[in-house]
Amino acid sequence: MSVLVYAEHDNATLNKVTLSVVAAAKEIGGDITVLVAGKGCGAVAEAAAKVDGVSKVLCADNDAYEHQLAENIADLVVELAGDYSHILAAATTTGKNFAPRVAALLDAPQISEISDVVDGDTFKRPIYAGNAIATVKCADAKKVLTVRGTSFDGVAEEGGSASVENVDVVKDAGISSFVGEELAKSDRPELTSADIVISGGRGMGNGDNFEILYKVADKLGAAVGASRAAVDAGFVPNDMQVGQTGKIVAPNLYIAVGISGAIQHLAGMKDSKVIVAINKDEEAPIFQVADYGLVADLFEAVPELDSKL
Amino acid sequence: MKVLVPIKRVVDYNVKVRVKADNSGVDLANVKMAMNPFCEIAVEEAVRLKEKGVVTEIVAVSIGPKAAQEQLRTAMALGADRSILVETDEEAQPLGIAKALKAIVDEEKPELVILGKQAIDGDNNQTGQMLAALTGMPQGTFASEVNVADGKVKVTREIDGGLQTVELSLPAVVTTDLRLNEPRYASLPNIMKAKKKPLDVKAPADLGVDLAPRVTTEKVEMPPERSAGVKVGSVDELVDKLKNEAKVI
Repeated sequence: MSVLVYAEHDNATLNKVTLSVVAAAKEIGGDITVLVAGKGCGAVAEAAAKVDGVSKVLCADNDAYEHQLAENIADLVVELAGDYSHILAAATTTGKNFAPRVAALLDAPQISEISDVVDGDTFKRPIYAGNAIATVKCADAKKVLTVRGTSFDGVAEEGGSASVENVDVVKDAGISSFVGEELAKSDRPELTSADIVISGGRGMGNGDNFEILYKVADKLGAAVGASRAAVDAGFVPNDMQVGQTGKIVAPNLYIAVGISGAIQHLAGMKDSKVIVAINKDEEAPIFQVADYGLVADLFEAVPELDSKL
Repeated sequence: MKVLVPIKRVVDYNVKVRVKADNSGVDLANVKMAMNPFCEIAVEEAVRLKEKGVVTEIVAVSIGPKAAQEQLRTAMALGADRSILVETDEEAQPLGIAKALKAIVDEEKPELVILGKQAIDGDNNQTGQMLAALTGMPQGTFASEVNVADGKVKVTREIDGGLQTVELSLPAVVTTDLRLNEPRYASLPNIMKAKKKPLDVKAPADLGVDLAPRVTTEKVEMPPERSAGVKVGSVDELVDKLKNEAKVI
Protein backbone atom coordinates (compact mmCIF):
# COMPACT_ATOMS: atom_id res chain seq x y z
CA MET A 1 0.00 0.00 0.00
CA SER A 2 1.06 3.58 -0.56
CA VAL A 3 -0.81 6.74 0.21
CA LEU A 4 -0.93 10.12 -1.49
CA VAL A 5 -2.01 12.93 0.85
CA TYR A 6 -3.15 16.25 -0.59
CA ALA A 7 -1.84 19.09 1.56
CA GLU A 8 -4.26 21.79 2.69
CA HIS A 9 -2.63 25.24 2.66
CA ASP A 10 -2.95 28.87 1.60
CA ASN A 11 0.34 28.98 -0.37
CA ALA A 12 2.09 30.32 2.75
CA THR A 13 1.44 27.88 5.61
CA LEU A 14 0.52 24.24 5.93
CA ASN A 15 -2.94 23.92 7.47
CA LYS A 16 -2.87 21.75 10.60
CA VAL A 17 -5.73 19.61 9.29
CA THR A 18 -3.10 18.03 7.03
CA LEU A 19 -1.47 16.56 10.16
CA SER A 20 -4.73 14.75 10.87
CA VAL A 21 -4.91 13.47 7.32
CA VAL A 22 -1.35 12.14 7.64
CA ALA A 23 -2.44 10.46 10.89
CA ALA A 24 -5.22 8.68 8.99
CA ALA A 25 -2.70 7.74 6.26
CA LYS A 26 -0.42 6.21 8.91
CA GLU A 27 -3.26 4.04 10.14
CA ILE A 28 -3.79 2.79 6.59
CA GLY A 29 -0.09 1.97 6.34
CA GLY A 30 2.56 2.12 3.62
CA ASP A 31 4.67 5.00 2.34
CA ILE A 32 3.16 8.43 2.63
CA THR A 33 3.70 11.02 -0.09
CA VAL A 34 2.35 14.53 0.38
CA LEU A 35 1.38 16.64 -2.62
CA VAL A 36 1.62 20.40 -2.23
CA ALA A 37 -0.02 22.17 -5.17
CA GLY A 38 -0.16 25.94 -5.33
CA LYS A 39 1.76 29.00 -6.37
CA GLY A 40 4.81 30.16 -4.47
CA CYS A 41 4.17 27.31 -2.07
CA GLY A 42 7.79 26.26 -1.48
CA ALA A 43 7.62 27.05 2.24
CA VAL A 44 4.58 24.79 2.55
CA ALA A 45 6.48 21.97 0.87
CA GLU A 46 9.41 22.49 3.28
CA ALA A 47 7.00 22.34 6.22
CA ALA A 48 5.34 19.21 4.84
CA ALA A 49 8.75 17.54 4.53
CA LYS A 50 9.28 17.91 8.29
CA VAL A 51 5.97 16.27 9.21
CA ASP A 52 6.35 13.03 11.09
CA GLY A 53 5.78 9.94 8.95
CA VAL A 54 6.03 11.59 5.53
CA SER A 55 8.47 9.89 3.16
CA LYS A 56 8.25 12.19 0.16
CA VAL A 57 6.84 15.57 -0.77
CA LEU A 58 5.79 16.49 -4.30
CA CYS A 59 5.62 20.21 -4.96
CA ALA A 60 3.62 21.46 -7.96
CA ASP A 61 4.22 25.20 -8.05
CA ASN A 62 2.41 26.91 -10.91
CA ASP A 63 -0.05 29.72 -11.69
CA ALA A 64 -2.62 27.09 -12.63
CA TYR A 65 -2.79 25.87 -9.02
CA GLU A 66 -2.77 29.22 -7.21
CA HIS A 67 -6.45 29.15 -6.23
CA GLN A 68 -6.82 25.37 -6.07
CA LEU A 69 -9.44 25.31 -8.83
CA ALA A 70 -10.96 21.83 -8.75
CA GLU A 71 -10.67 21.29 -12.52
CA ASN A 72 -6.90 21.87 -12.55
CA ILE A 73 -6.11 20.20 -9.23
CA ALA A 74 -8.08 17.09 -10.14
CA ASP A 75 -6.24 16.74 -13.46
CA LEU A 76 -2.91 17.14 -11.64
CA VAL A 77 -3.76 14.54 -8.99
CA VAL A 78 -4.96 12.09 -11.65
CA GLU A 79 -1.69 12.56 -13.54
CA LEU A 80 0.27 11.79 -10.36
CA ALA A 81 -2.08 9.05 -9.11
CA GLY A 82 0.16 6.28 -10.46
CA ASP A 83 0.41 3.34 -8.11
CA TYR A 84 -0.99 4.90 -4.95
CA SER A 85 -3.60 2.65 -3.38
CA HIS A 86 -5.21 5.49 -1.42
CA ILE A 87 -5.59 9.17 -2.25
CA LEU A 88 -6.46 11.26 0.80
CA ALA A 89 -7.62 14.82 1.26
CA ALA A 90 -9.08 16.69 4.21
CA ALA A 91 -12.87 16.96 4.27
CA THR A 92 -12.59 20.74 3.96
CA THR A 93 -14.27 22.77 1.25
CA THR A 94 -11.06 22.36 -0.79
CA GLY A 95 -10.91 18.58 -0.40
CA LYS A 96 -14.64 18.11 -0.89
CA ASN A 97 -14.42 20.18 -4.06
CA PHE A 98 -11.73 18.34 -6.02
CA ALA A 99 -11.61 14.82 -4.52
CA PRO A 100 -14.81 13.43 -6.12
CA ARG A 101 -13.55 14.78 -9.44
CA VAL A 102 -10.36 12.74 -9.02
CA ALA A 103 -12.37 9.67 -8.04
CA ALA A 104 -14.62 9.91 -11.10
CA LEU A 105 -11.70 10.44 -13.48
CA LEU A 106 -9.96 7.37 -12.04
CA ASP A 107 -13.23 5.40 -11.98
CA ALA A 108 -12.52 4.84 -8.29
CA PRO A 109 -15.11 5.05 -5.51
CA GLN A 110 -14.79 7.82 -2.95
CA ILE A 111 -15.48 7.35 0.73
CA SER A 112 -16.27 10.74 2.26
CA GLU A 113 -15.41 12.08 5.72
CA ILE A 114 -13.93 8.97 7.26
CA SER A 115 -13.81 9.16 11.04
CA ASP A 116 -11.91 5.94 11.66
CA VAL A 117 -9.65 3.51 9.79
CA VAL A 118 -10.50 -0.14 10.48
CA ASP A 119 -8.10 -1.49 7.86
CA GLY A 120 -6.89 -0.51 4.39
CA ASP A 121 -10.26 -1.38 2.87
CA THR A 122 -12.61 -0.64 5.75
CA PHE A 123 -13.54 2.70 7.24
CA LYS A 124 -16.08 4.29 9.53
CA ARG A 125 -17.98 7.39 8.57
CA PRO A 126 -20.93 9.34 9.91
CA ILE A 127 -24.17 9.26 7.91
CA TYR A 128 -27.54 10.95 8.47
CA ALA A 129 -25.91 14.03 9.99
CA GLY A 130 -23.96 11.92 12.44
CA ASN A 131 -27.05 10.13 13.75
CA ALA A 132 -25.54 6.83 12.59
CA ILE A 133 -22.02 5.59 12.00
CA ALA A 134 -21.53 3.30 9.01
CA THR A 135 -18.66 0.86 8.64
CA VAL A 136 -18.03 0.61 4.91
CA LYS A 137 -15.74 -1.56 2.87
CA CYS A 138 -14.33 -1.08 -0.60
CA ALA A 139 -12.16 -3.70 -2.27
CA ASP A 140 -11.15 -1.57 -5.27
CA ALA A 141 -7.38 -1.34 -5.76
CA LYS A 142 -7.56 2.45 -5.76
CA LYS A 143 -9.72 4.53 -3.47
CA VAL A 144 -10.21 8.20 -2.81
CA LEU A 145 -10.93 9.21 0.79
CA THR A 146 -11.72 12.47 2.50
CA VAL A 147 -10.82 12.64 6.17
CA ARG A 148 -12.73 14.33 8.97
CA GLY A 149 -9.90 16.23 10.64
CA THR A 150 -11.44 16.36 14.10
CA SER A 151 -11.61 12.55 14.26
CA PHE A 152 -7.83 12.02 14.04
CA ASP A 153 -5.18 13.43 16.36
CA GLY A 154 -2.65 15.10 14.10
CA VAL A 155 0.87 13.71 13.81
CA ALA A 156 3.82 15.80 15.01
CA GLU A 157 4.74 18.79 12.86
CA GLU A 158 8.43 17.99 13.28
CA GLY A 159 10.39 14.79 13.20
CA GLY A 160 10.32 13.86 9.54
CA SER A 161 12.98 14.54 6.95
CA ALA A 162 11.36 13.81 3.62
CA SER A 163 12.81 14.85 0.30
CA VAL A 164 11.03 17.50 -1.73
CA GLU A 165 10.63 16.77 -5.42
CA ASN A 166 9.42 19.44 -7.80
CA VAL A 167 6.69 18.39 -10.19
CA ASP A 168 6.53 20.29 -13.44
CA VAL A 169 3.21 18.89 -14.62
CA VAL A 170 1.01 21.83 -15.62
CA LYS A 171 -2.68 21.13 -15.93
CA ASP A 172 -4.79 24.09 -16.88
CA ALA A 173 -8.19 22.92 -18.04
CA GLY A 174 -9.03 26.47 -19.13
CA ILE A 175 -12.72 26.05 -18.30
CA SER A 176 -12.79 27.87 -14.97
CA SER A 177 -11.15 30.95 -13.56
CA PHE A 178 -10.80 32.63 -10.19
CA VAL A 179 -12.61 35.95 -9.90
CA GLY A 180 -12.14 36.92 -6.27
CA GLU A 181 -12.62 36.02 -2.67
CA GLU A 182 -13.79 37.58 0.55
CA LEU A 183 -12.09 35.92 3.45
CA ALA A 184 -13.14 36.60 7.00
CA LYS A 185 -10.31 38.34 8.82
CA SER A 186 -9.91 37.50 12.45
CA ASP A 187 -7.14 37.40 15.02
CA ARG A 188 -8.96 34.62 16.82
CA PRO A 189 -8.06 30.98 16.19
CA GLU A 190 -9.71 29.13 13.36
CA LEU A 191 -12.95 27.36 14.33
CA THR A 192 -12.02 23.83 13.33
CA SER A 193 -8.65 23.85 15.09
CA ALA A 194 -9.39 25.98 18.19
CA ASP A 195 -9.06 24.42 21.66
CA ILE A 196 -12.05 26.39 22.87
CA VAL A 197 -15.11 27.44 20.87
CA ILE A 198 -17.89 29.70 22.07
CA SER A 199 -20.98 29.79 19.85
CA GLY A 200 -24.11 31.88 19.81
CA GLY A 201 -27.59 30.96 18.61
CA ARG A 202 -30.87 32.61 17.87
CA GLY A 203 -31.05 33.66 21.53
CA MET A 204 -28.33 36.24 20.85
CA GLY A 205 -31.05 38.42 19.31
CA ASN A 206 -28.84 40.23 16.80
CA GLY A 207 -25.34 40.44 15.39
CA ASP A 208 -24.22 43.28 17.68
CA ASN A 209 -24.89 41.15 20.73
CA PHE A 210 -22.19 38.71 19.56
CA GLU A 211 -19.79 41.32 20.96
CA ILE A 212 -20.22 39.80 24.43
CA LEU A 213 -19.10 36.44 23.04
CA TYR A 214 -16.06 38.01 21.35
CA LYS A 215 -14.99 39.45 24.71
CA VAL A 216 -15.13 36.07 26.42
CA ALA A 217 -13.46 34.45 23.41
CA ASP A 218 -10.53 36.86 23.57
CA LYS A 219 -10.00 36.09 27.26
CA LEU A 220 -10.03 32.35 26.62
CA GLY A 221 -8.20 32.40 23.29
CA ALA A 222 -11.32 30.86 21.79
CA ALA A 223 -12.85 30.85 18.33
CA VAL A 224 -16.42 32.11 17.89
CA GLY A 225 -19.06 30.06 16.11
CA ALA A 226 -22.79 30.20 15.55
CA SER A 227 -25.78 27.96 15.02
CA ARG A 228 -27.53 27.81 11.68
CA ALA A 229 -30.45 29.71 13.20
CA ALA A 230 -28.14 32.63 13.99
CA VAL A 231 -26.67 32.52 10.48
CA ASP A 232 -30.08 32.26 8.81
CA ALA A 233 -31.29 35.22 10.89
CA GLY A 234 -28.40 37.23 9.44
CA PHE A 235 -26.63 37.83 12.79
CA VAL A 236 -23.26 36.54 11.55
CA PRO A 237 -21.71 35.22 8.32
CA ASN A 238 -22.06 31.61 7.22
CA ASP A 239 -18.37 30.80 7.71
CA MET A 240 -19.08 30.87 11.46
CA GLN A 241 -21.72 28.16 11.21
CA VAL A 242 -21.15 25.02 13.29
CA GLY A 243 -23.28 22.05 12.34
CA GLN A 244 -24.16 19.46 9.75
CA THR A 245 -24.14 22.02 6.97
CA GLY A 246 -21.39 24.14 8.47
CA LYS A 247 -18.17 23.27 10.22
CA ILE A 248 -17.53 20.21 12.33
CA VAL A 249 -15.65 21.08 15.51
CA ALA A 250 -14.36 19.01 18.41
CA PRO A 251 -12.56 21.37 20.80
CA ASN A 252 -11.64 20.66 24.42
CA LEU A 253 -14.33 23.09 25.51
CA TYR A 254 -17.47 24.11 23.61
CA ILE A 255 -19.67 26.81 25.10
CA ALA A 256 -23.14 27.01 23.51
CA VAL A 257 -24.88 30.28 24.28
CA GLY A 258 -28.55 30.79 23.44
CA ILE A 259 -28.51 27.67 21.28
CA SER A 260 -31.46 25.30 21.60
CA GLY A 261 -29.56 22.28 20.25
CA ALA A 262 -31.20 21.19 16.98
CA ILE A 263 -29.92 17.84 15.65
CA GLN A 264 -28.18 19.68 12.83
CA HIS A 265 -26.18 21.75 15.32
CA LEU A 266 -25.35 18.81 17.59
CA ALA A 267 -23.96 16.98 14.54
CA GLY A 268 -21.29 19.65 14.33
CA MET A 269 -20.11 19.79 17.92
CA LYS A 270 -21.10 16.74 19.93
CA ASP A 271 -17.60 15.26 19.79
CA SER A 272 -16.30 18.18 21.86
CA LYS A 273 -14.60 17.04 25.06
CA VAL A 274 -16.51 19.29 27.45
CA ILE A 275 -19.75 21.02 26.51
CA VAL A 276 -21.24 23.95 28.40
CA ALA A 277 -24.73 25.22 27.64
CA ILE A 278 -26.11 28.57 28.72
CA ASN A 279 -29.79 28.94 27.91
CA LYS A 280 -32.79 30.38 29.70
CA ASP A 281 -35.06 27.55 28.51
CA GLU A 282 -34.33 24.64 30.82
CA GLU A 283 -36.09 22.25 28.42
CA ALA A 284 -33.69 23.09 25.56
CA PRO A 285 -32.27 19.88 24.02
CA ILE A 286 -28.74 21.27 24.27
CA PHE A 287 -28.81 20.44 28.00
CA GLN A 288 -29.10 16.74 27.13
CA VAL A 289 -25.58 16.75 25.71
CA ALA A 290 -24.03 19.39 27.97
CA ASP A 291 -21.60 18.41 30.71
CA TYR A 292 -22.40 21.66 32.50
CA GLY A 293 -25.68 23.42 31.99
CA LEU A 294 -26.53 26.86 33.28
CA VAL A 295 -30.16 27.91 33.07
CA ALA A 296 -29.87 31.67 32.91
CA ASP A 297 -30.45 34.76 30.83
CA LEU A 298 -27.40 34.87 28.59
CA PHE A 299 -27.29 38.68 28.70
CA GLU A 300 -26.59 38.45 32.43
CA ALA A 301 -24.60 35.22 32.53
CA VAL A 302 -22.13 35.94 29.70
CA PRO A 303 -20.97 39.36 30.96
CA GLU A 304 -20.66 37.83 34.45
CA LEU A 305 -18.60 34.99 32.99
CA ASP A 306 -16.45 37.56 31.23
CA SER A 307 -15.81 39.41 34.49
CA LYS A 308 -14.88 36.24 36.37
CA LEU A 309 -12.39 34.79 33.93
CA MET B 1 -31.15 27.46 -22.41
CA LYS B 2 -31.92 24.13 -20.88
CA VAL B 3 -31.22 23.24 -17.25
CA LEU B 4 -31.01 19.74 -15.84
CA VAL B 5 -31.85 19.39 -12.15
CA PRO B 6 -30.99 16.01 -10.60
CA ILE B 7 -32.89 15.37 -7.36
CA LYS B 8 -32.95 12.67 -4.69
CA ARG B 9 -35.68 11.10 -2.58
CA VAL B 10 -34.45 10.91 1.02
CA VAL B 11 -35.80 10.66 4.54
CA ASP B 12 -37.54 13.90 5.55
CA TYR B 13 -35.05 16.17 7.29
CA ASN B 14 -37.23 16.43 10.40
CA VAL B 15 -37.11 12.68 11.02
CA LYS B 16 -34.62 11.46 13.60
CA VAL B 17 -33.51 8.16 12.10
CA ARG B 18 -33.05 4.99 14.13
CA VAL B 19 -30.53 2.28 13.56
CA LYS B 20 -32.00 -1.21 12.94
CA ALA B 21 -31.56 -3.70 15.75
CA ASP B 22 -29.46 -5.99 13.52
CA ASN B 23 -27.13 -3.08 12.60
CA SER B 24 -27.78 -3.61 8.89
CA GLY B 25 -28.79 -0.02 8.29
CA VAL B 26 -31.19 2.66 9.41
CA ASP B 27 -34.86 1.84 9.72
CA LEU B 28 -36.77 3.52 6.88
CA ALA B 29 -40.01 1.53 7.20
CA ASN B 30 -42.99 3.89 7.51
CA VAL B 31 -40.72 6.92 7.68
CA LYS B 32 -41.74 10.12 5.92
CA MET B 33 -39.74 10.64 2.72
CA ALA B 34 -39.20 13.92 0.90
CA MET B 35 -37.07 15.71 -1.64
CA ASN B 36 -33.54 16.30 -0.28
CA PRO B 37 -33.46 19.93 1.00
CA PHE B 38 -30.42 20.88 -1.12
CA CYS B 39 -32.27 19.54 -4.19
CA GLU B 40 -35.23 21.81 -3.39
CA ILE B 41 -32.82 24.73 -3.46
CA ALA B 42 -31.54 23.51 -6.85
CA VAL B 43 -35.08 23.34 -8.28
CA GLU B 44 -35.83 26.80 -6.90
CA GLU B 45 -32.69 28.27 -8.49
CA ALA B 46 -33.61 26.78 -11.85
CA VAL B 47 -37.13 28.18 -11.58
CA ARG B 48 -35.79 31.63 -10.70
CA LEU B 49 -33.47 31.52 -13.73
CA LYS B 50 -36.48 30.64 -15.86
CA GLU B 51 -38.49 33.51 -14.37
CA LYS B 52 -35.61 35.84 -15.25
CA GLY B 53 -35.76 34.64 -18.83
CA VAL B 54 -32.31 33.04 -18.72
CA VAL B 55 -33.62 29.50 -18.84
CA THR B 56 -36.21 28.13 -21.23
CA GLU B 57 -36.65 24.55 -20.08
CA ILE B 58 -36.13 22.74 -16.78
CA VAL B 59 -35.75 18.97 -16.78
CA ALA B 60 -35.75 17.20 -13.40
CA VAL B 61 -34.15 13.78 -13.13
CA SER B 62 -33.86 11.24 -10.36
CA ILE B 63 -32.02 7.95 -10.04
CA GLY B 64 -33.94 5.85 -7.56
CA PRO B 65 -36.93 3.69 -6.73
CA LYS B 66 -40.34 3.93 -8.37
CA ALA B 67 -41.56 6.02 -5.43
CA ALA B 68 -39.13 8.79 -6.42
CA GLN B 69 -41.82 9.76 -8.97
CA GLU B 70 -43.43 11.63 -6.04
CA GLN B 71 -40.39 13.88 -5.72
CA LEU B 72 -40.25 14.41 -9.49
CA ARG B 73 -43.93 15.46 -9.39
CA THR B 74 -43.02 17.88 -6.61
CA ALA B 75 -40.22 19.30 -8.75
CA MET B 76 -42.69 19.76 -11.62
CA ALA B 77 -45.19 21.41 -9.25
CA LEU B 78 -42.42 23.83 -8.32
CA GLY B 79 -41.72 24.65 -11.95
CA ALA B 80 -39.80 21.88 -13.74
CA ASP B 81 -41.26 21.30 -17.22
CA ARG B 82 -40.74 17.56 -17.44
CA SER B 83 -38.86 14.82 -15.69
CA ILE B 84 -37.01 11.55 -16.06
CA LEU B 85 -36.76 8.70 -13.57
CA VAL B 86 -33.96 6.20 -13.94
CA GLU B 87 -35.61 3.48 -11.94
CA THR B 88 -33.53 1.19 -9.78
CA ASP B 89 -33.96 -0.61 -6.50
CA GLU B 90 -30.21 -0.81 -5.98
CA GLU B 91 -28.78 1.46 -3.31
CA ALA B 92 -27.28 3.71 -5.96
CA GLN B 93 -23.95 5.29 -5.02
CA PRO B 94 -22.50 8.62 -6.18
CA LEU B 95 -20.20 7.24 -8.90
CA GLY B 96 -23.00 5.12 -10.39
CA ILE B 97 -25.46 7.99 -10.14
CA ALA B 98 -22.96 10.33 -11.81
CA LYS B 99 -22.54 7.83 -14.68
CA ALA B 100 -26.31 7.60 -15.15
CA LEU B 101 -26.55 11.40 -15.08
CA LYS B 102 -23.76 11.66 -17.65
CA ALA B 103 -25.83 9.46 -19.98
CA ILE B 104 -28.81 11.78 -19.45
CA VAL B 105 -26.60 14.83 -20.08
CA ASP B 106 -25.40 13.25 -23.34
CA GLU B 107 -29.03 12.88 -24.45
CA GLU B 108 -30.43 16.15 -23.17
CA LYS B 109 -27.41 18.41 -23.71
CA PRO B 110 -28.25 20.95 -20.99
CA GLU B 111 -26.11 24.07 -20.68
CA LEU B 112 -26.37 24.04 -16.92
CA VAL B 113 -26.79 21.27 -14.38
CA ILE B 114 -27.88 22.44 -10.93
CA LEU B 115 -27.98 19.95 -8.07
CA GLY B 116 -27.71 19.82 -4.30
CA LYS B 117 -24.24 19.74 -2.75
CA GLN B 118 -25.10 16.64 -0.76
CA ALA B 119 -27.99 14.40 0.20
CA ILE B 120 -28.85 14.27 3.88
CA ASP B 121 -28.89 10.47 4.01
CA GLY B 122 -25.42 9.44 2.83
CA ASP B 123 -23.84 12.89 3.34
CA ASN B 124 -21.42 12.03 0.53
CA ASN B 125 -21.09 15.37 -1.24
CA GLN B 126 -19.74 13.74 -4.42
CA THR B 127 -22.30 13.44 -7.22
CA GLY B 128 -22.07 16.94 -8.72
CA GLN B 129 -18.28 16.95 -8.81
CA MET B 130 -18.22 13.43 -10.29
CA LEU B 131 -20.74 14.37 -12.99
CA ALA B 132 -18.66 17.44 -13.83
CA ALA B 133 -15.55 15.28 -14.15
CA LEU B 134 -17.23 12.64 -16.32
CA THR B 135 -18.71 15.24 -18.68
CA GLY B 136 -15.59 17.42 -18.72
CA MET B 137 -17.58 20.35 -17.36
CA PRO B 138 -16.31 22.95 -14.89
CA GLN B 139 -17.94 23.02 -11.48
CA GLY B 140 -19.14 25.65 -9.05
CA THR B 141 -19.74 23.81 -5.80
CA PHE B 142 -21.43 25.03 -2.58
CA ALA B 143 -22.99 27.97 -4.41
CA SER B 144 -24.50 30.92 -2.57
CA GLU B 145 -24.95 33.03 -5.69
CA VAL B 146 -25.30 32.14 -9.38
CA ASN B 147 -25.19 34.62 -12.27
CA VAL B 148 -25.46 33.54 -15.89
CA ALA B 149 -24.30 36.03 -18.51
CA ASP B 150 -22.43 36.09 -21.84
CA GLY B 151 -22.13 32.34 -22.16
CA LYS B 152 -20.55 32.00 -18.74
CA VAL B 153 -21.72 31.44 -15.21
CA LYS B 154 -20.30 33.22 -12.18
CA VAL B 155 -20.66 31.24 -9.00
CA THR B 156 -20.00 32.55 -5.49
CA ARG B 157 -18.98 29.61 -3.32
CA GLU B 158 -19.18 29.08 0.42
CA ILE B 159 -15.65 28.07 1.42
CA ASP B 160 -14.16 27.45 4.86
CA GLY B 161 -12.60 30.89 5.17
CA GLY B 162 -15.45 32.90 3.62
CA LEU B 163 -16.57 33.28 0.01
CA GLN B 164 -14.87 32.61 -3.31
CA THR B 165 -16.14 33.58 -6.73
CA VAL B 166 -15.26 31.62 -9.86
CA GLU B 167 -16.26 32.02 -13.48
CA LEU B 168 -17.07 28.92 -15.48
CA SER B 169 -17.59 28.36 -19.17
CA LEU B 170 -20.88 26.68 -20.14
CA PRO B 171 -22.00 23.96 -19.97
CA ALA B 172 -21.27 23.77 -16.24
CA VAL B 173 -22.30 22.02 -13.06
CA VAL B 174 -23.42 24.02 -10.03
CA THR B 175 -24.06 22.50 -6.60
CA THR B 176 -26.20 24.39 -4.13
CA ASP B 177 -25.49 25.47 -0.58
CA LEU B 178 -28.11 26.55 1.92
CA ARG B 179 -28.03 30.28 1.45
CA LEU B 180 -28.49 30.27 -2.33
CA ASN B 181 -32.23 30.85 -1.99
CA GLU B 182 -35.31 30.00 0.02
CA PRO B 183 -37.41 27.46 -1.85
CA ARG B 184 -41.08 28.25 -2.43
CA TYR B 185 -43.97 25.96 -1.63
CA ALA B 186 -45.92 24.36 -4.45
CA SER B 187 -49.42 25.82 -4.89
CA LEU B 188 -52.40 23.51 -5.23
CA PRO B 189 -53.13 24.47 -8.87
CA ASN B 190 -49.47 23.82 -9.71
CA ILE B 191 -49.59 20.45 -7.97
CA MET B 192 -52.61 19.56 -10.13
CA LYS B 193 -50.87 20.80 -13.30
CA ALA B 194 -47.76 18.80 -12.46
CA LYS B 195 -49.75 15.58 -12.70
CA LYS B 196 -50.11 16.17 -16.43
CA LYS B 197 -46.48 17.03 -17.10
CA PRO B 198 -44.39 14.34 -18.85
CA LEU B 199 -42.46 11.87 -16.69
CA ASP B 200 -40.26 9.39 -18.59
CA VAL B 201 -39.15 6.21 -16.87
CA LYS B 202 -35.91 4.59 -17.99
CA ALA B 203 -33.96 1.55 -16.86
CA PRO B 204 -30.22 1.85 -16.07
CA ALA B 205 -29.65 -0.67 -18.86
CA ASP B 206 -31.28 1.75 -21.38
CA LEU B 207 -28.47 4.15 -20.51
CA GLY B 208 -25.80 1.46 -20.55
CA VAL B 209 -24.78 2.06 -16.95
CA ASP B 210 -24.14 -0.34 -14.12
CA LEU B 211 -25.40 0.92 -10.78
CA ALA B 212 -24.08 -1.99 -8.71
CA PRO B 213 -22.60 -0.61 -5.47
CA ARG B 214 -18.81 -0.67 -5.18
CA VAL B 215 -18.74 0.26 -1.53
CA THR B 216 -20.51 -2.15 0.80
CA THR B 217 -21.93 -1.30 4.18
CA GLU B 218 -20.70 -3.79 6.76
CA LYS B 219 -22.71 -2.40 9.63
CA VAL B 220 -24.44 0.70 10.89
CA GLU B 221 -24.30 1.68 14.55
CA MET B 222 -25.62 4.40 16.80
CA PRO B 223 -22.97 7.01 17.55
CA PRO B 224 -21.68 6.97 21.13
CA GLU B 225 -24.34 8.65 23.25
CA ARG B 226 -23.44 11.68 25.29
CA SER B 227 -25.16 11.70 28.58
CA ALA B 228 -26.46 14.86 30.15
CA GLY B 229 -24.15 16.23 32.82
CA VAL B 230 -25.03 18.46 35.68
CA LYS B 231 -26.83 21.76 35.99
CA VAL B 232 -24.83 24.41 37.75
CA GLY B 233 -26.52 27.07 39.85
CA SER B 234 -24.36 30.08 39.07
CA VAL B 235 -21.61 31.48 36.89
CA ASP B 236 -19.22 31.12 39.85
CA GLU B 237 -19.97 27.42 40.08
CA LEU B 238 -19.52 27.06 36.32
CA VAL B 239 -16.11 28.76 36.35
CA ASP B 240 -15.07 26.63 39.34
CA LYS B 241 -16.09 23.39 37.61
CA LEU B 242 -14.35 24.33 34.36
CA LYS B 243 -11.16 25.21 36.24
CA ASN B 244 -11.01 22.52 38.88
CA GLU B 245 -13.12 19.59 37.68
CA ALA B 246 -12.92 19.61 33.88
CA LYS B 247 -9.61 21.54 33.91
CA VAL B 248 -10.28 23.05 30.49
CA ILE B 249 -9.66 26.72 31.29
